Amino acid sequence: MTEPPVTASAPLTNEVGLHARPSVKLTQLAKSFAATVEIALAPAGPWVDAKSPVKIMRVKAPKGAVLHFRAWGTDAAAAIGALADLVGRRFDEDASEGAGDG
Amino acid sequence: MAQEQRQPPSANVGIVIVSHSRKVAEGAADMVRQMVGDAVPLDFTGGNADGGLGTDVAAILAAIDRAWSPAGVAILVDLGGAETNSEMAIEMLAEDRRGRVVVCNAPIVEGAVIAATEASGGSPLDVVKRTAEELSPQ
Repeated sequence: MTEPPVTASAPLTNEVGLHARPSVKLTQLAKSFAATVEIALAPAGPWVDAKSPVKIMRVKAPKGAVLHFRAWGTDAAAAIGALADLVGRRFDEDASEGAGDG
Repeated sequence: MAQEQRQPPSANVGIVIVSHSRKVAEGAADMVRQMVGDAVPLDFTGGNADGGLGTDVAAILAAIDRAWSPAGVAILVDLGGAETNSEMAIEMLAEDRRGRVVVCNAPIVEGAVIAATEASGGSPLDVVKRTAEELSPQ
């Protein structure tokens, strides 16, 4: 990982924050890219593998927290764009059933 | 006792939930379907042949068959008998399938969701098992 990562940040505006259901969506989306993708709650880290459902669920970021993304690899920019978009869309929470409990 | 509709073939690892209680197994399967989606073969079984609490080797075998994937099947269990009966079911599988079914040492509900999440990304069986087992106390 000698080249600089692609980075982005996005505030969590969905009601439940990064709880169970959003965590699943985030890891599934991250896994669809070849890039190494990590997230953190602060620019200084600690950084967590965005493809690990267990680790992402342990982040437990509340509404209002800012998610920081960084990625390396050929499709890093696409991965970061897609993940920031997912957060911006509030994980499509309004559309999913019974989203209130996370 | 077809508990799930026939599922389209999937290259992803399948998930089987084995509880002493049919309600627990069904509820855990509902959570997987709602949270993870349809990208993984999924089935469940719970209760004994008389409808009481327990697990049944033949029913576990049938659930493995319904959730079968060429990538293999990860089984999530609750208490003792569910694990031993699942292991017995694995031993009774055809030889070419036996090596592709594992019991995960993980909590049944959370493990099923996590294993299915990992499987939905196309991960192989050993990675699915390892990810589910990250949930267990170290």
